[in-house]
Amino acid sequence: MRHDVFIAGYGGQGVLLAGNLLSYAAIYEGNNVSFFPAYGVEKRGGAAMCTIVFADGDTGSPVVGSPTVSLLLNPLSFEKYAAKVKRGGVCIVNSSLVDITGVELPGIEIIPIPMNQLALEIGDVRMVNMVACGAYSEMSGALAISSLEAALKKALPERNHRLIPANITAIEAGARAARAKKA
Amino acid sequence: MNSPVTEKIFVKGNEAVAMAALEAGCRCYFGYPITPQSDIPEYLSRELPKTGGEFLQAESEIGAINMLLGASAAGVRAMTSSSGPGISLKQEGISYMAGSELPGVIVDIMRQGPGLGGIDASQADYFQATRGGGHGGYRIIVLAPNSVQEMYDLTMLAFDLSDLYRIPAMVLADSVIGQMKESIVANARPEVVLPEKGWAVRGRGEGTEQNVVKSLKLGDGEMEKFHWMMHDRYQLLADKENRWEEYQTDDAELIVTAFGSTSRISKTAVTMAREAGMKVGLMRPVTLFPFPKPAYAALSERCKLFLTIELSTGQMVDDVRLSVARDAEVAFYGRPPGAGSLPTPEELFEQIAHRYRARPAVAEVTL
Amino acid sequence: MKQVFTRPESLKDVPTHFCPGCNHGTVHRLVGEAIDDLGLRSETIGVASVGCSVFLYGYFDIDVIEAPHGRAPAVATGAKRARPDRIVFTYQGDGDLAAIGMSEIIHSANRGEDITVIFVNNTTYGMTGGQMAPTTLPGQKTSTSPYGRDVSKDGAPFKMAELLAGLDGVAFSARVSLDSPKNVLMAKKLIKTAFQYQVEKKGFSFIEALSSCPTNWGMSPLAANQRVTDEMVPYFPLGTYKNRADL
Ligand SMILES: Cc1ncc(C[n+]2csc(CCOP(=O)(O)OP(=O)(O)O)c2C)c(N)n1
Ligand code: SF4
Ligand SMILES: [Mg+2]
Repeated sequence: MRHDVFIAGYGGQGVLLAGNLLSYAAIYEGNNVSFFPAYGVEKRGGAAMCTIVFADGDTGSPVVGSPTVSLLLNPLSFEKYAAKVKRGGVCIVNSSLVDITGVELPGIEIIPIPMNQLALEIGDVRMVNMVACGAYSEMSGALAISSLEAALKKALPERNHRLIPANITAIEAGARAARAKKA
Repeated sequence: MNSPVTEKIFVKGNEAVAMAALEAGCRCYFGYPITPQSDIPEYLSRELPKTGGEFLQAESEIGAINMLLGASAAGVRAMTSSSGPGISLKQEGISYMAGSELPGVIVDIMRQGPGLGGIDASQADYFQATRGGGHGGYRIIVLAPNSVQEMYDLTMLAFDLSDLYRIPAMVLADSVIGQMKESIVANARPEVVLPEKGWAVRGRGEGTEQNVVKSLKLGDGEMEKFHWMMHDRYQLLADKENRWEEYQTDDAELIVTAFGSTSRISKTAVTMAREAGMKVGLMRPVTLFPFPKPAYAALSERCKLFLTIELSTGQMVDDVRLSVARDAEVAFYGRPPGAGSLPTPEELFEQIAHRYRARPAVAEVTL
Repeated sequence: MKQVFTRPESLKDVPTHFCPGCNHGTVHRLVGEAIDDLGLRSETIGVASVGCSVFLYGYFDIDVIEAPHGRAPAVATGAKRARPDRIVFTYQGDGDLAAIGMSEIIHSANRGEDITVIFVNNTTYGMTGGQMAPTTLPGQKTSTSPYGRDVSKDGAPFKMAELLAGLDGVAFSARVSLDSPKNVLMAKKLIKTAFQYQVEKKGFSFIEALSSCPTNWGMSPLAANQRVTDEMVPYFPLGTYKNRADL
């Protein structure tokens, strides 16, 4: 199986860390992984984005035109990238910042998750990226929550390992919110 | 991580180059900062001293390549790395190294140009790399990785081939391959039997001949002889060291061909075409010099339509055209480098589908 | 009320890309003011170097040539020789001027080219992400000197204002800093003097401006400014090292 996920937001939302976490989790599950941090003119506007492809076989192109799943954490990335999601794919949106009322994208399932709010409830808005990863795990079924948790040790620098329990709480909150949407 | 399945590490392409250099026994690194390759000197400034090696940030790329010349002449494994503007400055030194038959590894993480250009991925330095780049008429070995694993493996190979043939070797990648992270296995250095560097300058000592490393050749016929000797050596290199990858070419009626980053994007596009019922394959040269001409020639005996894809207005396509049979058609699709010009697999699929549908019908065999 | 902070006419009314607390903006402003004060805007050609100041053409409303990395003094030499009646200045970082461009700066200074060189010394390669520069202080950690600059291997930092002052072709060489209002005023005065010397065809004029790079130093703008005062100024003393008018 080959999976791809695109993550975008603004600098400071931990987009690259989220990408690294999903990558380590995919490696943990025995996959090959490509993590491609996109940069270019967009980088200067403070935008951050990355594409992760993982597969038990060949990862193929690190560049993906229409991702199967996109995690869009701010209004700008929603505007720019929501419509690029593959037909039949899923667009997980940070509904704390993005107003999706009335928005319809034919063939794309939009899953609003109030990521900032959930992160704040855990005590740190910087956990939005972890909430997003938890929601991804639940929606895609591609990576187990336990793999994400195991991967934290690799994705976080040593000095931040004391934050692992809080990160786990955030991942689980994201997964729970997504599960409620699925039901 | 106590991973249950693999012993894979997750690193950037540029870091893989630096790790491979250490594993290959590189003793000296000389470089000058330039994006998008600075991870290489940054990694080696930290790690090379721990192994007793020398890391030196030169005052310029001209300085760096000449330091490489000196270290190689002294018989140790050495490396430099840069990108477009810096590689241009190194050309003088590379020419001197080629003229002095010196090994040495040069890593080029291509960025868009000409001039200052920008830092986005490019393949427009294909000609500069494969045609020698400097003055005098020479070639260097050019290896084109398309994954982080190959950044690692081909960097080690570059050291071996360079020592074996006494030709400078270049690892030619771009900012996509340099900046992306992948899971790789940090293989141990392969066992290769290499000749002694009897030519190296180590101090004359007693009872042995003086060693001289030079490119000045003034004797009657001396330079002509040198050129023919190198010509034969390039031929030997072509006979023995061509490397390429084929994917689904057996029954292909259209073969896509690309190197480095675009070959990765192309491969997914080829898979998409197969899923849509089209008989499409991929041919990827791994060595750009030597260019795997015989492999192209063989493919063109059974497939008459090629599509070359590059991040330029067309450079490698010339070599493809020179390699295939006369009755094979070589089409081209290019996205010159720059922000926003990296093609997606979907875009390449469209290009493939459109060419595939328009291909001349294969003559029906009627009885 | 007297308006003290107007934008010099030589500068465009656009936001810059410089990081918060970066002194490049201040130096741009002082150069713009000097050009305005001397009424040189229409006849000045700027030569941009490669570094964080590469977008010089985006901020100065004057003609600009973009030079290859380190080659600005050579490009300026060409422009000045082609148009001796114009005012030509280069604006270069420490990596650009004192590493890759050392040959060009020394030779144009020695030839006494009638140009002005503005040299922004921030002890690092700002644009490429904070690598060691020829002016990195002893012991200073950068991304390519992770164990601190080792003078026994990398040499000591270049003191460019002093070094160039020793060349006969140099008419004016001074080092300024922007870490206090008093020093900014001094910098303003000396930058203007440097351009004035070019107007009077006195020969090569050089200004070294000690500057902060909060981003690559990993410091807040305030702490970075303090570092200029506490570490840079003692190592790179301020002052005028050559003034042909004194001779
Ligand atoms: C030939 C060449 N080598 C390297 C580079 C990459 N490069 C761009 S800016 C720069 C140095 C910038 O440092 P500095 O001159 O100190 O300016 P600052 O950004 O600190 O103001 C380098 C090495 C280049 N553009 N050209
Ligand atoms: S990186 Fe440093 S020199 Fe460049 S703009 Fe930022 S603060 Fe200024
Ligand atoms: Mg600098």
